[in-house]
Amino acid sequence: MLKALTDRFGLPVSVTILLLLWFWLIVLVILPQLIMIDYSFRPNLLPAQMGGPEDGYTIGNYQTLANNDIHRTIFFKTIWSSILVTFLTLVVCYPVAYFLAQLASTRQAMLIALLLVIPYWINEILRTFAWYLILAFQGPLNAVLLGLGFIDRPIRFLSGDSGVLIGMVYAYLLFMVFPLYNALESLDPNQVRAARNLGAGTIRTHWRIIIPHAKPGIATGCIMTFMLAAGSYAVPALLGSPGSRWFTQIIYNWFFEGGDWHMGAAYAFVLLILCIGFIALVMKVFKIGLGDIGR
Amino acid sequence: MSAQRFFHYTIRVYLVVFFLYMFLPLIIMSLATFNDSRFPTVWPWRDTTLRWFGELWADTAMWEALGTSVVVGFGVLALAVPIGVSAGLFLSTYQGRAKNFYYSLMLSPLLTPGVIIGISTLIFWRNLGVSGGIGLTIIAQTTFIAAYVMLMVLARLQRFDRTQELAAQSLGATHAQIVRRILLPYLKPAIITAAVIAFLQSFENYNTTLFVRGFDTTLTVYIATKVRTGLTPAVNALGLIMIMVTVLAAVIYELLRRKDLDKAGKGT
Repeated sequence: MLKALTDRFGLPVSVTILLLLWFWLIVLVILPQLIMIDYSFRPNLLPAQMGGPEDGYTIGNYQTLANNDIHRTIFFKTIWSSILVTFLTLVVCYPVAYFLAQLASTRQAMLIALLLVIPYWINEILRTFAWYLILAFQGPLNAVLLGLGFIDRPIRFLSGDSGVLIGMVYAYLLFMVFPLYNALESLDPNQVRAARNLGAGTIRTHWRIIIPHAKPGIATGCIMTFMLAAGSYAVPALLGSPGSRWFTQIIYNWFFEGGDWHMGAAYAFVLLILCIGFIALVMKVFKIGLGDIGR
Repeated sequence: MSAQRFFHYTIRVYLVVFFLYMFLPLIIMSLATFNDSRFPTVWPWRDTTLRWFGELWADTAMWEALGTSVVVGFGVLALAVPIGVSAGLFLSTYQGRAKNFYYSLMLSPLLTPGVIIGISTLIFWRNLGVSGGIGLTIIAQTTFIAAYVMLMVLARLQRFDRTQELAAQSLGATHAQIVRRILLPYLKPAIITAAVIAFLQSFENYNTTLFVRGFDTTLTVYIATKVRTGLTPAVNALGLIMIMVTVLAAVIYELLRRKDLDKAGKGT
């Protein structure tokens, strides 16, 4: 490893590169995760109890999650809602990415890309806050719906899960558009033409030619969106209510209200396992490797 | 053929609706800044006012949060850019069997939820006697922002022609000279872009920062707190200013990038 580097950069630069790299990977990435896992298997003890008979490894923290009905329900709701958000985002983004990659003229494509980039750069908190105003009980959405006669009385969007779902689709949409676009861009339009000439309709062409080609992009987009949704704290904190709590909010409470970091670490590790599991599942279903992500 | 034309027509209508959906919330939020109402709203419109900008200007907590965000942003930049460049150079040089492993490991912070990066950093450093604050925020954000820098540097290095290095070497250049005179100038555009993005990522971050901030408040945390407690249109004024700055930065960045592409196109 060192030889390949010194041959190219000389010894001083190579050593600097390796030191920075190891600092990042060992001190910032690997060790904190390992310590967190270790933490999660230990009980929360008073200083006096430390080193005593109870100071050892235990799965008690995980049992708490398994036995607490409310926490368990919220955990499964978070999974299910995140899958729903991911699916909705995919459906909303696919036509846009397809148009951008295949149908748009160069000028149209440039304009659309710029229009997509701008909200992408705007703070997630601000994008969520914008929806907070729209969904407010006396906000513009209720005013429009009332005015058009669709509803008789205002809807409380912010007291159920619907506000959270709407906000998440909006906030994470762009993490789906760009991977999809990258994958669709490399599709040869002749393939689509060939399918048409052979008599395939629009839906059939998409199902058999375009979507299979976009698989790596779909997988990357779904992984990013699911991870962001399941790990989101901002959106449920701003658009949710006590009745629509998210799993991350329970983790936060263990740290800063319950004061039990060991319990919080266990809950966080469960969330991490969930995300790793989702990534593994998507990679298996779409038959892609980790190397295809982020390229 | 007409089915296809119908499809193309539908997709254009869809695009218009899509972009309305993208921008309408931001426009409504911005408009509410100018409404003389205690709660930010566009309906009912009481009176047009600029007073919320004044209230924002007079808010010392906001200025303090802005200062914290800037300090954290530059700290992250100073740490994440060298790390990311090193990682990119390493991946483009090392061809051993573990290359895929290293790549996956470097990518993993981007696939980890931000809250978990914050939590693990908090726990790890508490064992070493460091508690939450600006320093820990910089460390935690660097963990994943370095990965963005690595990706951008790597993308540029993949188009690098290594015969330039060999030519310099056979003309008697030392390793240090090659790095300084060939490699770094070639990487400069990627490094500048990465630095800007690293700063913005840091500025915007909420999920990770929330756990490691201690008693320090960044601007993003400040906005979130204001939305939950004590919301006035002054928050909208801040949002409007941030949107304007972002839009300006995005447009300038796009224009510069296109100029760069044009130049590259003519050069070859």
